[in-house]
Amino acid sequence: MPTLWFILVALMLTIYVVLDGFDLGAGAIHLFAARNDTERRLILRAIGPVWDGNEVWLIAAGATLFFTFPLLYASSFSGFYLPLIMVLWLLMLRGVSIELRSRIPSSVWSAFWDGLFFLGSALLAIFYGAALGNVIRGVPLDTNGFFFEPLWTDFNPFSQTPGILDWYTVLIGLLALSALVLHGANYISLKTEDVLHDRSKRIARGAWLVTVILSIFGTLTTFFVQPMVYTSFTLRPWGIIFPLLALVGLVGTILWNVRGKDLLAFLASAAFVVGLLASAAFSLYPNVLPAVNPANSLTISNASGSLYGQTVGLVWWIIGMILAAIYFIFTYRLFWGKIRVADAEGH
Amino acid sequence: MDATTTLSRVQFAFTIAYHYLFPQLTMGLALLLVILKALYLRTKDDRFNIATRFWAKIFATTFILGVVTGIPMEFQFGTNWARFSAYAGDIIAQTLAMEGAFAFFLESAFLGIFLFGESVFGQKMHLFSAIMVWIGTWASGGFIIASNAWMQHPVGYTVANGRLHISNYWEVLFNSWIIPQYMHTMSGAVVTGSFFMAGLGAYYLLAKQHVEYGRIFVTIGVIVGLIASIIQLFPSGDLEGRQVTALQPVKLAAMEGLFHTEQGAGIVIIGQPNVDNQTLDNPFIVPRVLSFLTYQHWSAEVKGLDAFPRDQWPDSISLLYYSYHIMVGLGTFFIAIMGFSFLLWFWKRRLFQTTWMLWILMLATPFPFIANTAGWFTSELGRQPWLIYGVLQTAQGSSAHVSSGNVLFTLLGFMGMYLLLGLLYVVLVVFDGLRGPVVPQPEDAQQAEGLADTSAY
Repeated sequence: MPTLWFILVALMLTIYVVLDGFDLGAGAIHLFAARNDTERRLILRAIGPVWDGNEVWLIAAGATLFFTFPLLYASSFSGFYLPLIMVLWLLMLRGVSIELRSRIPSSVWSAFWDGLFFLGSALLAIFYGAALGNVIRGVPLDTNGFFFEPLWTDFNPFSQTPGILDWYTVLIGLLALSALVLHGANYISLKTEDVLHDRSKRIARGAWLVTVILSIFGTLTTFFVQPMVYTSFTLRPWGIIFPLLALVGLVGTILWNVRGKDLLAFLASAAFVVGLLASAAFSLYPNVLPAVNPANSLTISNASGSLYGQTVGLVWWIIGMILAAIYFIFTYRLFWGKIRVADAEGH
Repeated sequence: MDATTTLSRVQFAFTIAYHYLFPQLTMGLALLLVILKALYLRTKDDRFNIATRFWAKIFATTFILGVVTGIPMEFQFGTNWARFSAYAGDIIAQTLAMEGAFAFFLESAFLGIFLFGESVFGQKMHLFSAIMVWIGTWASGGFIIASNAWMQHPVGYTVANGRLHISNYWEVLFNSWIIPQYMHTMSGAVVTGSFFMAGLGAYYLLAKQHVEYGRIFVTIGVIVGLIASIIQLFPSGDLEGRQVTALQPVKLAAMEGLFHTEQGAGIVIIGQPNVDNQTLDNPFIVPRVLSFLTYQHWSAEVKGLDAFPRDQWPDSISLLYYSYHIMVGLGTFFIAIMGFSFLLWFWKRRLFQTTWMLWILMLATPFPFIANTAGWFTSELGRQPWLIYGVLQTAQGSSAHVSSGNVLFTLLGFMGMYLLLGLLYVVLVVFDGLRGPVVPQPEDAQQAEGLADTSAY
């Protein structure tokens, strides 16, 4: 049962990153892809109906993690206290930026919110990457399974008292930013036409190159920073399908970008993100939060909630997710297709 | 109580009280939107549809503020209350996670359809999506009440390896504490929504702008507001009172300002508690009423604070006492205001010309927010010193590894951020309110097609 929940929680988080990832990426590029008010409205119109539904996956994943692995939730949320609260502030600023930018017809007003929207989106992508970097590298857990990490200490991932930001986690943060920029640019080119479409495609190509370089560095350093990753893949070689999926996605997205198949390019960048996250989750298992001192690591067994709670939870979770899937398919079908200038003008 | 715990309490209290300003309005307005849309479909009177779109816009702005201020609530369980989360997460997070799975997905999907989909899906679907948004917001409230009810009255658990485990799911989900608290909270939200609608309508009538809409808003606001204000007192307030009497007698004593056990205890209308001397200064007391209200018997014995050991007393008795009295006092005024307005309305619609009553309706708009906040302060301060009533003390629930300096930093950050958000919200709603419901011109009919708020892109 804990293994099943490990997979399900990882799945929910992955869905969150894939979905909110494209609107974060769209936010990170909109200042560059969209040069005037109409173009910026088009980008907002493309993510407007879906962004807050996408963020619900974060809330739902968080609460699911909370009841299935209470100790992991308590330990990681209090240990990552400052960056998590900052993530909350960024989520708030970004949310209101989307909703408020066009409410008062003033170029200064909208420029301010455009700037915040960019900043919030880009920083969130980096923070999420850095968070993943921390989880892979390990944190200074004590024997009770708790810790506290300051924002930075000596920027050394091999330190006994690591900080949230060190050269490894920052590297993963930048990888996350470039991967989500790629993913977001693919989404914008899928949803738009003409100038905006062409510019997004160019941004996607640039981001692709950066992502390839950072992926190579990220992968190599991961093996040094967390030896467990290598062990996991040698113990369970079938797990190689996850990095392969990421590789196929990465190759596919550039090929389809060049051939002008926007939907396939977008799905390929989604596959890349899924492959990366699945590889990370696979290599951690059965740990859920590795410790600097491996004896203190939180695992699926010592951080798990009760069997009864997890069993009952599974029943309603399945019902809830079927409903959620129906709403999602419905909403995305409703807002399917390209956003045109006429849709954004006058709004 | 160490500094981290105290500051975490202040931060949670501040962020939740601030957050709840928004959902109480959206839960109230969600019902009123369903009423407006249903009236349109029934009467085919365009004004109801224009009114629906107008309120949808205010609803959407409020909803976004509710969403963004709501995210920190779930996270703070983990960031600031780690020992509590590790201890009780197996139970408390069930209902929190169910809120995500059953309410949030529903709300976000149907709100998108409600705001963007009127022209695509037609009128019936528009009403249906309004109903689904209403159900979503009220279901969300239900799961939160279920979580809070468990902290007020823990049931269905066992203790194993120093942590709580859920042992009976249905007991947690159908905790007897839920029904009275849910009724009371939801009718409180409807009071906020209907006072808001009536207040804006009163402004239009006084300013002689959008007069037709002013009448609609005042009429609907007053009728719904009167019903909700009465439900606040009876049956929901009464049931809540009896529940507290039976299960949390020390909370009852503290909120009523009853320091000494009495037979035929009177009810305090006003007075200032003096906790050091255990007396009430400048009291105005109606004899015997408290005994009757709590035990339905004029001379029943009501336990005062002196009947309980001091370490069981709530730690902010004065604030608890005032919160309760502000809530009850305002609740009484609400019934009077809405009752009187209704009579004037019923009497040949004289309300629309009665300037002084319209002034009162307009100026009453912010007070339900205060009453609802005071109500939650009563409920939560009265739960102290327990985090989980009778099971875990608040001082044992905070995050042990987070220093008070970090909590102060984030508390100040939240204050600054929320000040900014609050100012923006007020500016935008005043802006929308002053512009009023806009009658669509033929050329921009496309624009008015349910593209309400998010048309702003």
